[in-house]
Amino acid sequence: MSPLDLLVAVPLGFMLATLLAGRAARWLILLAVPAMAGLAFWLVLVSPDAAYLIGHWDLPLGILLRPDGVARLMVAATALVIGAVGLHALVDPPEKAGNAAQAETFWPLIYLLWAGANAGFLTTDLFNLYVTLEMVSLAAVALAAMGSLEAALRYFMIALVGSLAYLLGVALLVARYNTVDVTLLSQVAQPDLATMLALGLMTAGLLIKAALFPMHGWLPPAHAAAPAPASALLSAIAVKLGFVILLRLWFEAFPAVTGQPALHVLGGAGALAVIYGSVQAMRQQRLKALVAYSTVAQVGYLFLAFPLVAGAPDPSGAWAGMMMHAVAHMLAKASMFLAAGLMLKAAAGHRIGDLGGLAQAMPMTVTSFGLAAVSLMGLPPSGGFTGKFLLLNAAIAQGAFLYAGVMILGGLLAAVYFFRALSACFGAGPAPREPAIRGVCTAAPLVLAGLAIVIGFAGSALDTLSAIAAPWAAPGVAAP
Amino acid sequence: MMTFAPLLLVLLPVVAALVSFALPERLSAWRNGANIGVAFVKLLVVAYLLLQAQAGVVFEWRYEFLPGYDFVLRLDPLALLFVTLSVFLWLLTTIYAIAYFDRGPNLPRFFGFFNLCVLAATGVAMSGTAITFFLFYELLTLATWPLVTHRGDDKSLRAGQTYLTYTLAGSVTFLAGILWLQSLVGAIEFSAPANLGAIPPLTLTLIFILCIGGLGVKAAIIPFHGWLPEAMAAPAPVSALLHAVAVVKAGAFGIVRVIYDVYGIGTVAELGLGVPLAALASATILYGSARALMQSDLKKRLAYSTVSQVSYIVLGASLVGPFAVIGGLVHLVHQGIMKITLFMCAGALANRMGITAIAELDGAGRLMPATMAAFSVGALGMIGMPPVAGFISKWYLGVGALQSDAAWAVAVLAGSSLLNAAYFLPLLYRAWLLPPPPGRPAIAELATTRDRMLILPAVVTAVVSLGAGIFASLSFSPLGWATLVGQGYLR
Repeated sequence: MSPLDLLVAVPLGFMLATLLAGRAARWLILLAVPAMAGLAFWLVLVSPDAAYLIGHWDLPLGILLRPDGVARLMVAATALVIGAVGLHALVDPPEKAGNAAQAETFWPLIYLLWAGANAGFLTTDLFNLYVTLEMVSLAAVALAAMGSLEAALRYFMIALVGSLAYLLGVALLVARYNTVDVTLLSQVAQPDLATMLALGLMTAGLLIKAALFPMHGWLPPAHAAAPAPASALLSAIAVKLGFVILLRLWFEAFPAVTGQPALHVLGGAGALAVIYGSVQAMRQQRLKALVAYSTVAQVGYLFLAFPLVAGAPDPSGAWAGMMMHAVAHMLAKASMFLAAGLMLKAAAGHRIGDLGGLAQAMPMTVTSFGLAAVSLMGLPPSGGFTGKFLLLNAAIAQGAFLYAGVMILGGLLAAVYFFRALSACFGAGPAPREPAIRGVCTAAPLVLAGLAIVIGFAGSALDTLSAIAAPWAAPGVAAP
Repeated sequence: MMTFAPLLLVLLPVVAALVSFALPERLSAWRNGANIGVAFVKLLVVAYLLLQAQAGVVFEWRYEFLPGYDFVLRLDPLALLFVTLSVFLWLLTTIYAIAYFDRGPNLPRFFGFFNLCVLAATGVAMSGTAITFFLFYELLTLATWPLVTHRGDDKSLRAGQTYLTYTLAGSVTFLAGILWLQSLVGAIEFSAPANLGAIPPLTLTLIFILCIGGLGVKAAIIPFHGWLPEAMAAPAPVSALLHAVAVVKAGAFGIVRVIYDVYGIGTVAELGLGVPLAALASATILYGSARALMQSDLKKRLAYSTVSQVSYIVLGASLVGPFAVIGGLVHLVHQGIMKITLFMCAGALANRMGITAIAELDGAGRLMPATMAAFSVGALGMIGMPPVAGFISKWYLGVGALQSDAAWAVAVLAGSSLLNAAYFLPLLYRAWLLPPPPGRPAIAELATTRDRMLILPAVVTAVVSLGAGIFASLSFSPLGWATLVGQGYLR
């Protein structure tokens, strides 16, 4: 067994354990965090670059787990986010008053999400990816249901449509090429009607899961209504899997099929998402809705990067910028949802106007919110800035001034809505309720936000990491 | 110590900031001690660096922060000029702030961000590449915002909003300029200006406008000055910091860097960009002075005076003659020490006697003689009266204007000096020659609650302003150092 298997197997094991452990389920996180941290550490720094076949069956029968740069970064960031959110939830369980059963459902779900996300980041088999997509969607819908059943139901229906579209695309590819492995597909893919149809269906399905404008409708109600730790996981991790699978499709399997116009459709939708999400965030009165709409905008940047990566003579900069942006958003958004959850516990109400006096009452939490906001706005020094800087560089070098302008505008709009919330915290208000919050709870968002800032200084390391077995470095990586 | 010296200057305030954030209010004595201690250690480090610099050593610390883009801290003579100013004034402002706030609310937060602010200012000074500069420049924006909104009332929150609107818009403009230039010449190192010869003049001009326009927001050049008077809602130590040490200075310093170390004096002259910028600076000088004259609030008057005075630095840089270059650089220091004197005095007057309007100044000189004496030195210096430091700045700028065949600039300087006199002399007249209105506390009463630490910093900076003027010919005076810096660029 390789530690690559363990990255998927260990969370699944913990999921089963939580089901058996009953009331003690939540304490398992204390074992899961060091175990998964160790595995993620191994993956990032030690694991060999070579791919690994589960059970040692050759392609196309075997299942390939491949620790490329994208997988390493996303698995590591996932471990950080779920670890921090888990420890936070251990001390401050996400439950409604008097509903202890609900708190218990949280634990198996996060391990399911963890296993699904890790498997999805590591595998390059399109059918396996479908399975992981379903694992993550299932966990995500159930997490959303902890807040609002109605929003979760809507999310469920839309996610189902997305899954079906994706599955239909996979079926078309099987009929056409008799394989669903990304690497093998990249060697045989032809730009014919069946392939384009398949790619279109899969892309549409994944864009729903990734909540790219205009298919974002399900996200704000679901993310805003869920309990804070659940929202953090939904925004940070669940939407990222769709994005990563799209990377596999567009840059690894079918670079020969996707043309400039198609890339600009994605990039244009990304640009519209940045503007639409920001404008909506500015209009929100409730804090968590604001944070949720910021996710709609942030997802936009990830797809705005698609044409920039494809159009660059040397895509390494844009690629690193895109991955930096993804990781920074995971850390910062998880931190922000946790912080927002704590703030709303102490505030007089859920509106931004009710936040007065919080800067005095809970300085650490407001600081976390502020640091996360700095990264999300793309202000330096932060991971958000470094990512945006690299993307801006690529955009200007290609003369894509429209994309550059949208990125800059998006940062300014983000400053408007985040500082509106921060400003309210600094203002006078009714004395906040005495927040019954313990230290670990405030530490989790602070650590995540601090990491989002600190990775801004590690641009070179991240660049090297994201370039491992990147599709642009060696198109069509040979299977072992 | 050797190559890590620049890093040390950045990390020391981080320590002070963390201590300030972490210590609860009941341990405020420890916090104050840490703040003053760190400020003092920093001053020692700077003294050591100055000695080394005289021997010709240039400290540099760099690491690759993105592929192709280095994070560089470099202590060239220009950087040292600004670092010395900010570190020296920081020590005094810290002492002043401790006395000013005494036991006010939210002080851990205040001193934390206060340290981050000075960290950013020092970083701006030491930045060796455009991207490093931008990192610290933005950190400055972010760290200042909680200080501007410190009081948390509607007025401060609005001021904070205005401040962010202006500065963030300026920052993205500046960033666009940097990115554009970098797409043409690669990473911008200040120590090795790129060869701009192959770039079309129109492109260079547009990039210059983006950079100067962006930086001009913090430097409060018209029409981007609107945030500065509004930011007066902040407490006095913050105003002192904004006007003399950090924010406004960072903008002016950035303009100096762009002109000297990115474009080079020669290129700016060739493109014909110096004269329009000098004209804009002159307009700002006159406009700021005229608006200052119209204010009835003491701090507002000082704020508009800053708008006017900071543009002297820009004027000197854009006139490009040898004396003008030196005059602009030395005013970076002189304006700092004189304006901080004025703000610390204004804060002391408000704190001790509740004086905020100019009409309330009557007889203040009799009640708070030391404060008003310091204030008078600062005011006379601003007017340009010898032997205060301000005279040296204006003299060099005037001679420099003549050297550059810009006699009109001399008229601007003269006109501004007249306006300066018109808005400062009435204050001195009221303070020293009119009797205090009834109802003011008696001297004996004031003496019982006197806090020397509130007055001392202003007296020190007033004495330094005098000293910088009287001993200007010595090599370690601000003028001597500015001459050294200027010669480096004129060679």
